[in-house]
Amino acid sequence: MTSADDSTILTMRDIVKEFNGIPALSGVSVDLKRGEVHGICGENGAGKSTLMKVLSGVYPYGSFTGTIEFDGHEARYRSINDSERDGIVIIHQELALSPYLSIAENIFLGNELQSRGVIDWDRTNKEAAILLARVGLNENPATRIQDIGVGKQQLVEIAKALAKEVKLLILDEPTAALNDEDSAHLLDLINNLRDQGITSIIISHKLKEIRRIADRVTVIRDGSTIETIDMSEPTANEGRIIKAMVGRELSSMFPPRTPDIGEEKFRVEHWTVHHPMDSSRLVSDDVSFSVRAGEIVGFAGLMGAGRTELAMSIFGRSYGTGISGTVFKDGKKISTRTIDEAIRNGIAYTTEDRKRYGLNLIGDIRVNISAAAVGRLAKWGIVNGLREYQVAESYRTSMNIKTGSVATLTGRLSGGNQQKVVLSKWLHTHPDVLILDEPTRGIDVGAKYEIYGLINELAAQGKAVIVISSELPELLGLSDRIYAISEGRITGEVSRADADQETLMHYMTAGKDDDR
Amino acid sequence: MSTISAQKPGSDGRRLRLNVDLRQFGILGALAIIVILFQVLTGGKLLLPANINNLIQQNAYVLILAVGMVIVIIAGHIDLSVGSVVALVGAVTAIAMVQWELPWWGAVVVGLAVGALVGVWQGFWIAFVGIPAFIVTLAGMLLFRGLTLVLLTGGTINALPAGFVAIGKGTLPQSFGTMLGGHDVVTLIAAIVVVIAFALSQFRSRRKQLALDLPVEPGMLLVAKIVVTTVAVLFFAWLLSAHRGLPIILIILAALILLYTFVLKRTVFGRHVYAMGGNLFAAQMSGVKTRWVNFFIFVNMGVLAALAGIVTAARAGGAVASAGNSYELDAIAAAFIGGAAVTGGVGTVIGAVIGAMIMGVLNMGLSILSVDSAWQQVIKGLVLLLAVAFDVVSKRRGPRM
Repeated sequence: MTSADDSTILTMRDIVKEFNGIPALSGVSVDLKRGEVHGICGENGAGKSTLMKVLSGVYPYGSFTGTIEFDGHEARYRSINDSERDGIVIIHQELALSPYLSIAENIFLGNELQSRGVIDWDRTNKEAAILLARVGLNENPATRIQDIGVGKQQLVEIAKALAKEVKLLILDEPTAALNDEDSAHLLDLINNLRDQGITSIIISHKLKEIRRIADRVTVIRDGSTIETIDMSEPTANEGRIIKAMVGRELSSMFPPRTPDIGEEKFRVEHWTVHHPMDSSRLVSDDVSFSVRAGEIVGFAGLMGAGRTELAMSIFGRSYGTGISGTVFKDGKKISTRTIDEAIRNGIAYTTEDRKRYGLNLIGDIRVNISAAAVGRLAKWGIVNGLREYQVAESYRTSMNIKTGSVATLTGRLSGGNQQKVVLSKWLHTHPDVLILDEPTRGIDVGAKYEIYGLINELAAQGKAVIVISSELPELLGLSDRIYAISEGRITGEVSRADADQETLMHYMTAGKDDDR
Repeated sequence: MSTISAQKPGSDGRRLRLNVDLRQFGILGALAIIVILFQVLTGGKLLLPANINNLIQQNAYVLILAVGMVIVIIAGHIDLSVGSVVALVGAVTAIAMVQWELPWWGAVVVGLAVGALVGVWQGFWIAFVGIPAFIVTLAGMLLFRGLTLVLLTGGTINALPAGFVAIGKGTLPQSFGTMLGGHDVVTLIAAIVVVIAFALSQFRSRRKQLALDLPVEPGMLLVAKIVVTTVAVLFFAWLLSAHRGLPIILIILAALILLYTFVLKRTVFGRHVYAMGGNLFAAQMSGVKTRWVNFFIFVNMGVLAALAGIVTAARAGGAVASAGNSYELDAIAAAFIGGAAVTGGVGTVIGAVIGAMIMGVLNMGLSILSVDSAWQQVIKGLVLLLAVAFDVVSKRRGPRM
């Protein structure tokens, strides 16, 4: 099984991976030249992460079809240990370092320099110092991980990969959590590693970085390879990548609607939010936007752009520190300092992760629907259980929650029905402004259509509706107006008539130094 | 799954309701089996009138603590300090009566106030500073035990007034005399009133449910429930009435159980406790003021621990620094045996009460059999482990969430 061409280090051919019969990858082929930096681009959910999990053995050999050939032989990895033994190391967006251990300990974690179970600390520290020099990190190996910034932690991750004698380094959104300076440093390092003969795969939404560093780029869409672009070609630019990323047709699965847009309902001015752990990082940078009554406004942004952080920081400051800015409703300044205040001021926010933040899964439908406004059903602190039942029952009927009774535990419901329970809960607070974060994530097509219909109906009632979504077709199908967010800033505002996927993707991938 | 239940409207809800009831019956059944087992093993001594009276008075403290503890556990916390609070409050009330010469009811008020202060202290650290309850109450366990030793300077305070002692040991006067060979009429009347009130409330809520087309339990089950309860209550009342009058502590316990069942099931506060235990993030994102709810949970626990301290001192007739030793473990065990979930979000007052009674019957039965106290601990430990293991395993077989 020797590769015909020794300049090729990795060939993945016709990879198909299904989850419960639903294809996540339907025939992806990628080949990597020895010593190149290869970019992989695609929308959220295109299959990039799945592909990397197939490659690294997280999804073991046999759970997918297609062939992987690495470094001249066929790879049949059954676990991540198998692929690491071959020199494939993946560094995830969420760093996997132990905060209370030293840099040296982390570098050799699971790979300790030892004899008969006893660690040789002198060698460990010495080797660590050599590796740190290679990645250009000027820190004492004995420093604890929690005492260095996230940019330096990223370098420790790479040093850890070098300790394993890495041949293929996979970086998943390596700069998503880094500031500009750290990002530039990291990209330089990847360049240096290329000179040392290490092949890299870099997955990034930041096309500017991809253009700067990648030799070739493979674009994946809906689980298939679209094309591999040689970045040295004169026609290779960000526009071409974007076109390949989004080039699918708009599906006509949106209920018809005639917008009836009134006065301005909701406005946010100069909203600035800092990261809760790293207060030097801006998660929202001077964001201003407005929504009118009866209007559906979309927020487009790639993962890590700061859409959810923006929404949560507005909704009762449930995210971030050092928040400044003003919120207006009906032209009057309102306070949304606590969630309770935000709710009383008529704002509702449905979270993107309904299981973690939206529902009490061991509670029944009734208590979940009443949870955000149980006060409406109570007098002197005593809940009127019968009225509560009637309210829940009326939402079950009107929202078409498909289950026998409101005594069903929400943990037993399907994703679509769970989302309807979450929406019922927030409708019961009688909001004027709804912020819906990924309202159709993980929901089947039928339930999606119902939820689109509901969103239209809410707008028709004169409410201001904000929809945050990673699916551009969804935003284009629903919204009257779309804001694009990138790196915590609003980088574009497009009306329904002018909006298309390519325009949005341009704004969504705009970097800080780009002309606007 | 949802599509299947959509085809048969109502079926899912009914089945669920039945499941819940079966679970409660399960632990009630366990209690019945243990009672019968010890009745046989002890040759009928367990259910002698004097022993039933003792069972109630000896275990009153666990029942009171378990009611507070189950709320703490539902919210996802734990309280290790209650045993020490029992000792501290016992000492303070005794000092109030003997040294400050307050009337006994004044001392009770002082004692409850001390409990509330303890709750404010612990609640502050847990709710507003964000220190885990395990740590705060572990510190409290040492702190309040130490303060008790300081207050009592190593000695004991005895000779407490009779009015105070009656809280733990007293009975209502036998106002209507006795009948049928020495059975107290007041106790029997109270039992009949309880039985009628229970049956009426059951029928009333069923009528309401039916009027609103709510799913109801099968009629036979309801009748069976009422018949079993009636027989059990009248049987124990009959036995108890042969001893002396109606124990005062039994009235206090009944009031607490009713009150806290109401609080957990019917009030906004109770709803928030369950919501926080079920999913803290979801509760926060729904606008629940989780800090204040946590704070009040611990203030409430402090007050109930104080009440348990008063009852313990009253029954002992004095205050000692070693009072309430390891009571926290009894209360925690009772809540878990009664079906509270280790991860929070699940539990009932009545479950915790039954759990406490299981522990109480075990204690008494093993003592009558003069089982060595070392072995008593072994057996109680195993019962706790098996009860929670049963709960965990049965949940694992249930739906995955």
